[in-house]
Amino acid sequence: MANILVIAEMAPDGKVRKSTHSAITFARNAGGTFSILVLGQGAKAAAAEITGYGAQKVLVCDDAYLANPIVERFAPTVAAVAKNGFDVIAVTASSFGKDLAPRVAAKLGAGYAPDISGVKDEGGKLVYRRPVFAGNAYGNCTLNTAVQVVSARQSEFSAAEPSGGSSPIEDVALAAKDAAAERVEFVGLDAAKSERPDLGEARVIVSGGRALKEKFAEVLDPLANMLGAAVGASRAACDAGYAPAELQVGQTGRVVAPRLYFAIGISGAIQHLAGMKGSKTIVAINKDPDAPIFQVADYGLVADLFNAVPELVTELKKATA
Amino acid sequence: MKILVPLKRVADPDNANKVKVNAGKIETTGLEWKPNPFDEYAVETALRLTENGANPKARLGEVVVVTFGPKETESTLRQALATGADKAIRIDATDDQLDGDVVARALKALVEKEKPDVVLAGKQAVDGDSNQVGQLLAEYLGWPQATFAGSIKSEDDKSLLVGREVDGGTINVRVGLPAVVSVDLRIVAPTSVSSKHSPAHKYPEGVRFAALMAIMAAKKKPLTEMKLADLVSDAALKITYTGFELPPARKAGIKVASVPELVEKLKSEAKVL
Ligand SMILES: Cc1cc2nc3c(=O)[nH]c(=O)nc-3n(C[C@H](O)[C@H](O)[C@H](O)COP(=O)(O)OP(=O)(O)OC[C@H]3O[C@@H](n4cnc5c(N)ncnc54)[C@H](O)[C@@H]3O)c2cc1C
Ligand SMILES: Nc1ncnc2c1ncn2[C@@H]1O[C@H](COP(=O)(O)O)[C@@H](O)[C@H]1O
Repeated sequence: MANILVIAEMAPDGKVRKSTHSAITFARNAGGTFSILVLGQGAKAAAAEITGYGAQKVLVCDDAYLANPIVERFAPTVAAVAKNGFDVIAVTASSFGKDLAPRVAAKLGAGYAPDISGVKDEGGKLVYRRPVFAGNAYGNCTLNTAVQVVSARQSEFSAAEPSGGSSPIEDVALAAKDAAAERVEFVGLDAAKSERPDLGEARVIVSGGRALKEKFAEVLDPLANMLGAAVGASRAACDAGYAPAELQVGQTGRVVAPRLYFAIGISGAIQHLAGMKGSKTIVAINKDPDAPIFQVADYGLVADLFNAVPELVTELKKATA
Repeated sequence: MKILVPLKRVADPDNANKVKVNAGKIETTGLEWKPNPFDEYAVETALRLTENGANPKARLGEVVVVTFGPKETESTLRQALATGADKAIRIDATDDQLDGDVVARALKALVEKEKPDVVLAGKQAVDGDSNQVGQLLAEYLGWPQATFAGSIKSEDDKSLLVGREVDGGTINVRVGLPAVVSVDLRIVAPTSVSSKHSPAHKYPEGVRFAALMAIMAAKKKPLTEMKLADLVSDAALKITYTGFELPPARKAGIKVASVPELVEKLKSEAKVL
């Protein structure tokens, strides 16, 4: 039975990020017991949000030194806490989690299983499942070290719901600082400004490709507004500047699994499919009947998107009126 | 500036859907070997950072490429030499002797010999999709890291200003050298990499190709071989794969004839509206 340390991630607004709830689900699925470590400036206030999830303890390191997501500042404290009897250290495979987890693993001499999509306890040994080759195969793996580090995919471990109870909150001290951290200066965050839901959490995503050109927002926004959807994009659309880079869905962008995914003017390259194949229902609109996206789409519409999308907005209005 | 670029060859990523699983093992037969795209971007980035705008014939630094792999991976290294890297090292190993941790520990030892100012890695190798070697290496060296670099500005020889593409935006950090940087897709856009010595022209999108002359000349550039054991005394793996399988197939979908039909299906069949 593993004793798991879940690392919570804080958002710039001082709250625990929703993505953390996927790492909690990982801990529950792995069996055993778990505690949650919240680190950051304002961690104490944030910790109150996650005392109802069945953790043995919610550990808090609230320090201005951790105001910005510079992992060289976080890793020493995570590793120090991990040494208090934890077998598995779990983060969600967000950009922060992937940045931090290997550093922690190296500090602990631990094996690291990145971006896992499943976990099973087989006779006391945890077996992790993870996608490789852009999700075209899955590997089952075990780590050969007593202490193990994992990052869990948000798209595969659904957000944990509260389970009641109230975990005790306990303060932990900031560990001795690493010299490496002195060489990283946080200059600033250019945050995406959007009223829309985050790609990782959205129930509906409307994604557009290169075909949208300069009309990316003009065409897709009305549909996204109508559905309360997040907007995503292909790499080609991001590279061309039609959509901001942080909207990229795919092997090297965000990996998403909403209830409903629209691929509009997207050809369906392997690297794009890797980021959205897990969606429950996929709709593709493309004027090329042979576009590979139709191979994964539940509903395909061969049409010019510049006509089809406005019509879709009108029809949806009627249907949901 | 001296830059070390770890470069891996991978089975053709554009045909990754042709990967087969046989008796629990991955089979890539029939697929061509290609350099990991992110590592090609790292080589391009390293070349841009060591370019001399005032005198294109003179380099302002050295780019060393290194790969862990069997003999035939030397052609991947030669390719990088042909595009402009100065020197190559192959650490002899088969894929089943390696995991991210061994690669990182061996790279640490290599860095201590080669003493680069920057290690420029890809953010992930697109076969294993692990995204770990750069971070592990940085920690083993006690160096700072800047992962997911979408832009790099070399302001002086002591630090780099790096735009890191993270969920929900870009984080700008200034990292003091020596440091590990791992590069993301946007690093090869025309204006993503700059230094005070950058040429006046804008770079074309993407990576450079080798001219025929350069391919010939690359045959004479130094390529040395080392044994894994020269770098790590304990080559035990930390991860063991017990088996692979193909993802569950998606149920075949249908084509709808019109927008109203699509809406009707979403409503009454898929029940997602
Ligand atoms: C290392 C690496 C990583 C990558 N990572 C990612 C990733 O994370 N995410 C990603 O998306 N890509 C990624 N890619 C890129 C990927 O290979 C494709 O190039 C990209 O997804 C193509 O984007 P697209 O479908 O928008 O453009 P295109 O392939 O150009 O497709 C445009 C589509 O629009 C259709 N179309 C055109 N006009 C209309 C119209 N009027 N109406 C309807 N349809 C129309 C066309 O038929 C076509 O199918 C990566 C590539 C590499 C090498
Ligand atoms: N076998 C290898 N040889 C050389 N470089 C490697 C190797 N494996 C990983 N790397 C480097 O580490 C980066 C990240 O790989 P990974 O952590 O395996 O996804 C790659 O983009 C390469 O720069």
